[in-house]
Amino acid sequence: MEALLAQLLNGLDKGGAYALIALGLTLVFGTLGVVNFAHGALFMLGAFCAVAFRQLITLESITIDPDQLSPWGTPLEIKTPLAQTWFGEWGSFIVEYSVPLSIVFAIPVMLLIGIAMERGLIKHFYKRPHAEQILVTFGLAIVLQEVVKAIFGANPISQPMPSALQGAADVGSWLGLAPNMVTYPWWRLTYFVFSIGVLSAVFAFLRFTTFGMVVRAGMVDRETVGILGINIGRRFTIMFGIAAVVAGLAGVMYTPLVPPNYHLGMDFLVLSFVVVVVGGMGSLPGAVAAGFLLGILQSFASMNEVKSILPGIDQIIIYLTAVVILLVRPRGLLGRRGVMES
Amino acid sequence: MLQFFNVPRRDLLTFLAFSAVVLAMPLWLSPLGAAYPGLMQKFAIYAIFALGFNILFGLTGYLSFGHAAFVGVGSYTAVWSFKLLTMDVLPAMVFAVVVAGGFSLVIGYLSLRRSGIYFSILTLAFAQMCYSLAYSVLTPITNGETSLQLTLRDPRIIDTALAPRGEGLPSASILGHVFSGVEGFYFCAVMLIVGFFISQKIFSSPFGMMLRAIKSNQVRMNYTGFNTRPYALTAFVISGMYAGLAGALLAVTDPLAGAERMQWTASGEVVLMTILGGVGTLIGPVIGAWLIKYFENIFSAFNEQVLHRVFDWVPDGLEDIVVLITSKFVGEGWHLTLGLLFVLIVVFLPGGVMEGVRRIAGLFGRRGKPSSGAAMRVQPAE
Repeated sequence: MEALLAQLLNGLDKGGAYALIALGLTLVFGTLGVVNFAHGALFMLGAFCAVAFRQLITLESITIDPDQLSPWGTPLEIKTPLAQTWFGEWGSFIVEYSVPLSIVFAIPVMLLIGIAMERGLIKHFYKRPHAEQILVTFGLAIVLQEVVKAIFGANPISQPMPSALQGAADVGSWLGLAPNMVTYPWWRLTYFVFSIGVLSAVFAFLRFTTFGMVVRAGMVDRETVGILGINIGRRFTIMFGIAAVVAGLAGVMYTPLVPPNYHLGMDFLVLSFVVVVVGGMGSLPGAVAAGFLLGILQSFASMNEVKSILPGIDQIIIYLTAVVILLVRPRGLLGRRGVMES
Repeated sequence: MLQFFNVPRRDLLTFLAFSAVVLAMPLWLSPLGAAYPGLMQKFAIYAIFALGFNILFGLTGYLSFGHAAFVGVGSYTAVWSFKLLTMDVLPAMVFAVVVAGGFSLVIGYLSLRRSGIYFSILTLAFAQMCYSLAYSVLTPITNGETSLQLTLRDPRIIDTALAPRGEGLPSASILGHVFSGVEGFYFCAVMLIVGFFISQKIFSSPFGMMLRAIKSNQVRMNYTGFNTRPYALTAFVISGMYAGLAGALLAVTDPLAGAERMQWTASGEVVLMTILGGVGTLIGPVIGAWLIKYFENIFSAFNEQVLHRVFDWVPDGLEDIVVLITSKFVGEGWHLTLGLLFVLIVVFLPGGVMEGVRRIAGLFGRRGKPSSGAAMRVQPAE
């Protein structure tokens, strides 16, 4: 029982990441009808927003103190982060909480990148076949990841989490189990709560604002909305930007869990496509449900009890699920009729 | 049987020209700095892979993202044949083609139940499963991360029965003759020419016409009473066998088989080759494979010294800037060039190099048909 609960929790944060990426993919597909293979690269760019932000605020000024000597007899160099010299106490707080704070930095950056991508390249591919869309965005993904590699190098850059959130939460005792039976790292709990927050924000935006209503109407029948005199194209472009922001935020908050390197996006891309297809192409709730479902399934499959019966299942469970779902339920879990079907 | 070799004159000319170009590779590649056997073998092998892939993607329009799995399967089979039976390449190749064909039959049968992007994701999922399993559970067969390789303790039943064991590791041979130097390349080249001939026959056959019909309108085919799935499956298996042959030849030139050959980036690479050269054209994929392998080897070998030499004629201050910029695109960063090239090709020249050639020919000779470019567009099987 405790083991099951622990595995369920373990699946939640990964599921959150899958759900966020898959949501963005589905948004882009549902609005613009484009199969975006560069979406994983957006996740990676988000992660590197966090890296860049941290590098920016930890720029140091070096002052030489002639009175003090270092152990080998040279004047001591005192390194103070610029943020600290400028903002004092505030500065050290910024450095400490660099990862969550880089969200503020990542939102405008990702929005701009998303809109630039859509206007610059994807715009020309609405009417082209899906195969060409896949190919051009695949090429774009290669370009993006190579640019990141050229700037930040090929090695993973680990991002520390705030020290207040290190350690693990004793989730078991909250639920009335014996203490220290089921623990869950604070940061991963934060990630799960954060992903739920972003997901609800996107859904609320689509559900309760006029903008969201128009976008939903456009997803159902683009032509009619256009005839009603609404510039649906511009709204869809903004939705592409929002999808980029969602992927980027997922990447920002994921950095303390996995040190980002340039091919992080590709690793997540394949998985998130599988998630989208399992959820049903074009269905937003489906993408979210499938994200969490696959995250949790993956964590159950990596239990030792399961692995001893079916060796290697933890490696392939996601793909296996995708194959089974596609063959048994071609529309995915919640897919609509007539989306990407012959 | 004679009927099989009875080809129209035009096709015969293409075939002869192609064979001549392939066999003369050491001659025309030496001014380009690429005439060493290892690289030319790669040219031939990846051309076979791309030729086979084109039979599926180019003719039927089904975009598979998992063909690298068959290359991996072919390689493993060939190395096992080396280890267990004999160092002769012929049985290794036959086994590799048969086993890869079997794999593609199963995977194709399941994947072809869906079309469009679902087909792509299914093939991708199967390939990733093969890759992950090869790394983890199947380690007794695949030797995991260390790659499957020959050892001194291999049984090699047939070889040891015929002759006493020699010192050291044996190398691949054909009917007792051990490959040396450029002979390995000629062997791969002959296989490429055979592969090209078969591909040419498929293109001009009624079967090829059927595959093209699947690409242009599968629904209409079904309405007229054709069951298209067996045809698509046959194309899938044929292309899987080509991939298996390519995998076997990779093992012949270097008896080592690693799981990274099955990774999805390797599948992406063959898609790239086919697109770059020209989807659905006979020679396009071969050209694409050569271009990519050539640039991969030449560009990635560039470094700053070489660049300084290349840009020697630029004024001094400017030279550093030029070298700094171009150095991002070569050497380690050559993938950036590849990605950019890829985007540019898909945006401006969806028919690949072959469409470019046709357009230029159309400009000069007025014999090329400018409208044929549109017909060569990739159509997804939907």
